[in-house]
Amino acid sequence: MTRRVVVTGIGPVSPVGIGLEPFWDDLVAGRSGIKQVTLFDTTDFPVKIAGEIQGFDPHDYLDRKEVRRTDRASHFAVAAAKLAWEDADSPQTEPSRTAVVVSTGIGGLSTMIAQHKVLLERGPDRVSPFLVPMMMPNAPAGHVAMEMGFTGPNTCITTACAASGHAVGEGYRYIRDGIADVALAGGTEAVITPLSMAGFAQMQALTRNPDAEHASRPFDADRDGFVLAEGASVLVLEELERARARGATIYAEVAGYGASADAHHITAPEPGGSGAVLAMQAALSDADEPAEAVDYINAHGTSTPLNDAAETRAIKKTLGEHAHRVMVSSTKSVTGHLLGAAGGIEAAVCALAIHTGTVPPTMNYETPDPECDLDYVPNEARKAEVRLALSNSFGFGGQNAVVALRKI
Amino acid sequence: MERPELEEKVRKVLAENLGRDFEEVTLEARLEEDLDADSLDLVEAVLALEEELGVKIPEEEMESIKTVREAVDLVSAKIEGGE
Repeated sequence: MTRRVVVTGIGPVSPVGIGLEPFWDDLVAGRSGIKQVTLFDTTDFPVKIAGEIQGFDPHDYLDRKEVRRTDRASHFAVAAAKLAWEDADSPQTEPSRTAVVVSTGIGGLSTMIAQHKVLLERGPDRVSPFLVPMMMPNAPAGHVAMEMGFTGPNTCITTACAASGHAVGEGYRYIRDGIADVALAGGTEAVITPLSMAGFAQMQALTRNPDAEHASRPFDADRDGFVLAEGASVLVLEELERARARGATIYAEVAGYGASADAHHITAPEPGGSGAVLAMQAALSDADEPAEAVDYINAHGTSTPLNDAAETRAIKKTLGEHAHRVMVSSTKSVTGHLLGAAGGIEAAVCALAIHTGTVPPTMNYETPDPECDLDYVPNEARKAEVRLALSNSFGFGGQNAVVALRKI
Repeated sequence: MERPELEEKVRKVLAENLGRDFEEVTLEARLEEDLDADSLDLVEAVLALEEELGVKIPEEEMESIKTVREAVDLVSAKIEGGE
């Protein structure tokens, strides 16, 4: 018999709130988490806004020695994992049957930058012995396991902006395939640094709009790039029967997962959205659902001119006529783009949309773009039954991950 | 530097680097067993001691340090040696 997988815990650490309730309240109300950057001096930078995590104290989740020995990316990951676990009512699990898949797009970049400065200014014998364990991208997944004592499969998938979409998909597979009974799956990112901000700006990937709350405008004709954001999101995935047996709150079923590559360009999406189509089709096929069953798509929707047009084409190719009946929204309009943590945040959004019957809006949608002609749930949340939702994540590198979530 | 002042400085640096309360870092405390320091912590702590007290502690000498008192003794010897 096929093992089914459900979401029983959600732990967001996001620019719109830390923990499930503040996060969901702000998303539904369309309250933006984008503000002026405070983490460094942006005087010489063309971009001065970001989605920072504010009011976060890592000591709430890690002891002070561990706080010193870990990068901000691990702080967020451990916090998200503990919040998700608490939200799931801290289930009893067999440690070796509990997997951790915590992805990141980049890793401990702020640690690397700080220690590179030490190297250049003061020499190799002043570099911290914690440089490597703090910067490696798999550190957050390792720290989650250490903090929580889970000894099941532990991996980190590093596929840029699709990283935690892949993480949720792989966590689901571990359980479905009988390798684990429970999985903590999601991602973390903490790269609001001068170096990465400069790099993304030089790619022309970031919006130059200085109006923080209105700068991320997915699918709007005046969109001109994404807003860099940080944070983490971890989901507790659990085999259905054991979740039922313990009386867990079940937000939604993870019904399918599809992954693909554009094989086109290292950063630009294939203009026709062909890679995205393959991933959406694969997720639907894995879920054994027809295109017509989709009610809601939480779009990758980065607010870049290229992504939003290509993604719209991909949705239309995948769903055909049904595309115009589907609700599509991009919560990046208020969270900004959490890169490797985005897919985990947005799979959580799909699960909550299914659970609450409320679809969060695409904010800042004012001027229609002829290339983007779907129902983007503009500016106001919508009450609607969501039976099947897709969470789209597309990464630089051309890597795509789509997770299908279903009402249960 | 007088010995009590040096002891206080070394204890402070170790407390900070090992994530401990100052009171826990007694002269008798053993770095690994009592203060839970691993090999990476010790490298980091020595870097901090070198920084704070302007001394140079070679790796092989650092490896022999087991207690806070030994750390103070080593730093003290380095300071005197340098003067």
